[in-house]
Amino acid sequence: MNTIIAILVLGVLAALFGALLGFASVRFKVQGDPLAEQLDALLPQTQCGQCGYPGCKPYAEAVANGEAINKCAPGGEDTIKKIADLMGVEVQPLDENHEADNSPKVAFIIEEDCIGCTKCIQACPVDAIIGTTKQMHTIIADECTGCDLCVAPCPVDCIEMISVATTTQNWQWDLDSIPVVQIN
Amino acid sequence: MTDYLLLLVGTVLVNNFVLVKFLGLCPFMGVSSRTETAIGMSFATTFVMTLASLLSYIVNSYILAPLGLEYLTTMTFILVIAVVVQFTEMVVHKTSANLYRLLGIFLPLITTNCAVLGVALLNLYEQHNFFESIIYGFGAAVGFSLVLIMFSAMREKLANADVPAPFKGSAIAMITAGLMSLAFMGFTGLVKF
Repeated sequence: MNTIIAILVLGVLAALFGALLGFASVRFKVQGDPLAEQLDALLPQTQCGQCGYPGCKPYAEAVANGEAINKCAPGGEDTIKKIADLMGVEVQPLDENHEADNSPKVAFIIEEDCIGCTKCIQACPVDAIIGTTKQMHTIIADECTGCDLCVAPCPVDCIEMISVATTTQNWQWDLDSIPVVQIN
Repeated sequence: MTDYLLLLVGTVLVNNFVLVKFLGLCPFMGVSSRTETAIGMSFATTFVMTLASLLSYIVNSYILAPLGLEYLTTMTFILVIAVVVQFTEMVVHKTSANLYRLLGIFLPLITTNCAVLGVALLNLYEQHNFFESIIYGFGAAVGFSLVLIMFSAMREKLANADVPAPFKGSAIAMITAGLMSLAFMGFTGLVKF
């Protein structure tokens, strides 16, 4: 008799707590992953796919689930540092598969060599390449994010990445973009 | 009133859960390598411990004791603690994404923190009443937080210190914990019950 009461009491308690948790999981349901959204805000939004994911948002979700934080080449060291701060992990150097040089670049098509195959147009994530079949293509430098996705598909290797020279127009005058802290 | 204050001070300093009773040692060693995470863990533990000691008192004195089922306390308290932790996690996730991020993995980890079960069972053995149970739970958690944050601050300094090779890493952390425990033993006799 005593055993039955014990089992009953535990069963009722467990059912009660289970119901409470079930109610809570419906009542306090969270849409989306807040961490992934914060990570997404840190990424440069070039949607270049160099990290191996189809865009910045999927990479942010992967990082939230434990992917390595050092795969964003356009973001470079700054972005890695910010992600490390947010995730509470150690800063890592940029993944070795990527070049260390992360100065701003744009793609440039050597027009004499272009055969008009349109392969680079299909690869461009930001529609910064104009041209059509059997016509030479060119790149709108202002739209190009420097993601270098168009370089690999080109069958005649006529696309190269050139560094953007610093001019009075694009010079980073804003010192606050580099966090300056007083060291005691 | 004085009794409650004495109980609180006594639990935080004299009968410190980590350094005198040696409960909750795994999070003490595990999450003390960075002060930031230690603070997050402290907040989560304080919240859960206070709530768990309150709920386990209610469950014990209104359900188990009248039915003569005191032998089920350990099992029931584990159930209560697991539910409190899960429920807290969901509420925090919904209401404050920032706090949730700060606490992170530590919130679910508290389920397996022996100090939480310890405080519930010790409340029972020392026959605390309702308010004493809450104060005891809160005091134990504050004591845990205090030493955890102090210890993590020391470990951050130790990371830069020139420690002899055989003592590097966990070894020096253990020695530090031992010395801290010795220091806390010095509080014995501060409060006379």
